[in-house]
Amino acid sequence: MAGNAVVSVQHLNKVYQSGTRRVEAIGDLTFDVEAGDFTCIVGPSGAGKTTLLKCLSGLLAPTSGAILVNGHAVAGPPAEMAVVFQEYGRSLFPWKTVRENIELPLREKNIARAERRRLVDDALAAVALAGAGDSYPWQLSGGMQQRVAIARAVAYQPKVMVLDEPFAAVDAQTRADLEDLMLRLWSELDLTVIFVTHDIDEAVYLGHRVLVLSSSPTRILDDVLVDIPAPRSQATTRIEPRFAELRTRIYRGVQEAKSAARATSEPIKG
Amino acid sequence: MLLRGAFVELALPLALFALLFVASSNSTNFYFPSLAKVLERFDALWLGQRFVGDVLPSLGRLILGYLIACLAGIAIGVPIGMFGPLRRAAEPVLEFFRAIPPPALIPVLVMLAGFGDTMKVAVIVTGSIWPILLNTVEGVRSVDHVLDETCRTYQIKGMSRMWHFVLPGASPQIVVGMRIGLSIGIILMVISEMFAATNGLGAAIIVFQRSFEIPEMWSGVLMLGLFGFVLSVAFRLFERRTLRWYYGMRDLERRS
Amino acid sequence: MARHLNGASGFLLLAILWEAAPRLGLADPRFFPPLSALVVELFKLAGTEEFWAYLASTMRTWAIGLLAATVAGVVAGLVIGLVPGARKYTHSTIEFLRPIPSVALIPGVILIFGSRYQSGVVLITYAAFWQVLLQMLYGLHDVDAVARDTARSFRFSTTGFIVHVAWPTLLPFLFTGIRLAASIALVLAVTAEMVIGSFGIGRGIVVAQTSDAIPTMYALVIVTGLMGVTINIAARAIEKRVLRWHPSVRNAIAA
Repeated sequence: MAGNAVVSVQHLNKVYQSGTRRVEAIGDLTFDVEAGDFTCIVGPSGAGKTTLLKCLSGLLAPTSGAILVNGHAVAGPPAEMAVVFQEYGRSLFPWKTVRENIELPLREKNIARAERRRLVDDALAAVALAGAGDSYPWQLSGGMQQRVAIARAVAYQPKVMVLDEPFAAVDAQTRADLEDLMLRLWSELDLTVIFVTHDIDEAVYLGHRVLVLSSSPTRILDDVLVDIPAPRSQATTRIEPRFAELRTRIYRGVQEAKSAARATSEPIKG
Repeated sequence: MLLRGAFVELALPLALFALLFVASSNSTNFYFPSLAKVLERFDALWLGQRFVGDVLPSLGRLILGYLIACLAGIAIGVPIGMFGPLRRAAEPVLEFFRAIPPPALIPVLVMLAGFGDTMKVAVIVTGSIWPILLNTVEGVRSVDHVLDETCRTYQIKGMSRMWHFVLPGASPQIVVGMRIGLSIGIILMVISEMFAATNGLGAAIIVFQRSFEIPEMWSGVLMLGLFGFVLSVAFRLFERRTLRWYYGMRDLERRS
Repeated sequence: MARHLNGASGFLLLAILWEAAPRLGLADPRFFPPLSALVVELFKLAGTEEFWAYLASTMRTWAIGLLAATVAGVVAGLVIGLVPGARKYTHSTIEFLRPIPSVALIPGVILIFGSRYQSGVVLITYAAFWQVLLQMLYGLHDVDAVARDTARSFRFSTTGFIVHVAWPTLLPFLFTGIRLAASIALVLAVTAEMVIGSFGIGRGIVVAQTSDAIPTMYALVIVTGLMGVTINIAARAIEKRVLRWHPSVRNAIAA
């Protein structure tokens, strides 16, 4: 399994300790993500999805266990990873234009100006915001702001793109458009994507593999291969029988995780 | 529409002016001469030689002192705001020093620097620096948490982080401090000049008062009022330009 | 625990520097007497009648000026904030008068009151009034917004509205205004004493400097600092007590 793994999570464990309170957010997580995968992660609220994401992206140090990106252990935010946050409004610099926002990480990478310009233009075109370069983020709608954040991640040319419930805060119509955008980017740019979401439908629609997390202490409840025929589209994929089967399986898993949390009994493997 | 706006803006000031003019026109009070006389003195004095001889030196000292206060306040405020332990250690000391009324330090500075320009600039600096410094500390402290994580994930560190994230993020708060610092600077400029009356706007006013040249004194007061007003307008223009993004964002929020 | 340690350590460092520098010759001891000399001087002063007379005079000017400024600010604030259209018409006048430094009144008050304490009171009232007025206007603006959103749907009577909506919304703003006014009042009290020569700590400082009583000068400056700190702490403590129940905490960082 570790052959082509871009991201390797090994026995990840995270415990929050404050005074006498001890919360084991993540119990034991082990999984690999291979190059070119689109892996979705779902779980009930409070399942440690955010904690997992923060550990993955190097923003939080695990209590024990290791996270390897491209074979190197993660000790801080890895340079080969780009993150798209849920609060898109607060992750874009309001004093910079859209273009400047996308360009900033590239300047840090010491990329020449002409090349930077090309990358920014390409990224804006890829997210269909070619005309918005000179606007300020707060002048754009929520969906457009999230697209800017995605463009920034794309222009960065990361090995892995990690998204933290990126479409949770937009309306359903915009969400459908953004989901299709992600699929298109993923296939055109051959990205490796880790996509955290609470929306099971979205996870099955987008992912080629869905990891179902249990409640705290978080473990992997289920590892589902989404074998729905390509190409995917909002109109047809969601009414495929296989879609419904997978969706139901995952839904049941999440429900059991929730009731297991309530009963604090052993999680059930599906 | 524009005419209506102008009417609202000008109605009360013009009415007050007219009232004052008429009420004082036949004044024989030595201490409160007619507005007409004051204006005549204003025209004679301040729109000519006095401007160069008094207003410009005052302005020069103010600008020099204010700029030093801004640079020092921000330069000291940023590290204090960024490093928790440093801030905790420095905060009580800073609170004490800023509680000292700046005029109280004038005799200390006179002792150290005499009665000249150095003393006056130093007085302005010691008074103006506090709001700038303290607001810088506060602004740097309260930068957005999500934006901080964004910087970390995209490898934006060190000086870059300072220049692209910390300073712009703190700038609205810093500008608040700068505005207060400017008002304080003007007040201290005048006080230091009244105290050590060599040249300057404050000096001229107090000299007129001591020699009982009353209309001249009031014309100087008028000049001082205009001085303060013009500077505050200039500052507002500066504020609007540097914080264009911030005002744009707030206007949008307010409308929604 | 570590937190408090840090706060004190700043002072400790300062104290060590202030004591050591003049003694080691790093600073001219004529201009910078060691801290111990200043502390001794402070205690000496506390034993003199003159010092307490200075202090009382400054405090009296401060208190009367602050009271006048508060009353004027509240009244003007209510009038401008509540009379429909008043805000619009007075806006330009306020914006023009506000930046006029209070010190511009100094020659005027000298003419009328000479160096009596009333000079200081007038200066304080003029300067501190703006702080109270502005905070009142901000508060009334908020009251407006709340009124539009909630009171109408709950159908308050006028008195009910004032008691349950207007007053609680206004209170934090009023306290912020008074706190800011209190600081400014101290500054102007000292200013009046220094520039006009009214009796008080400010004049004490000038007298000490001109008669070369340097430790006394510094000691009095420290006293003004302590007064300022005490006023700030007291104002914040009172504010916290009265507004304990209030959900929003107003942060106004000012000089």
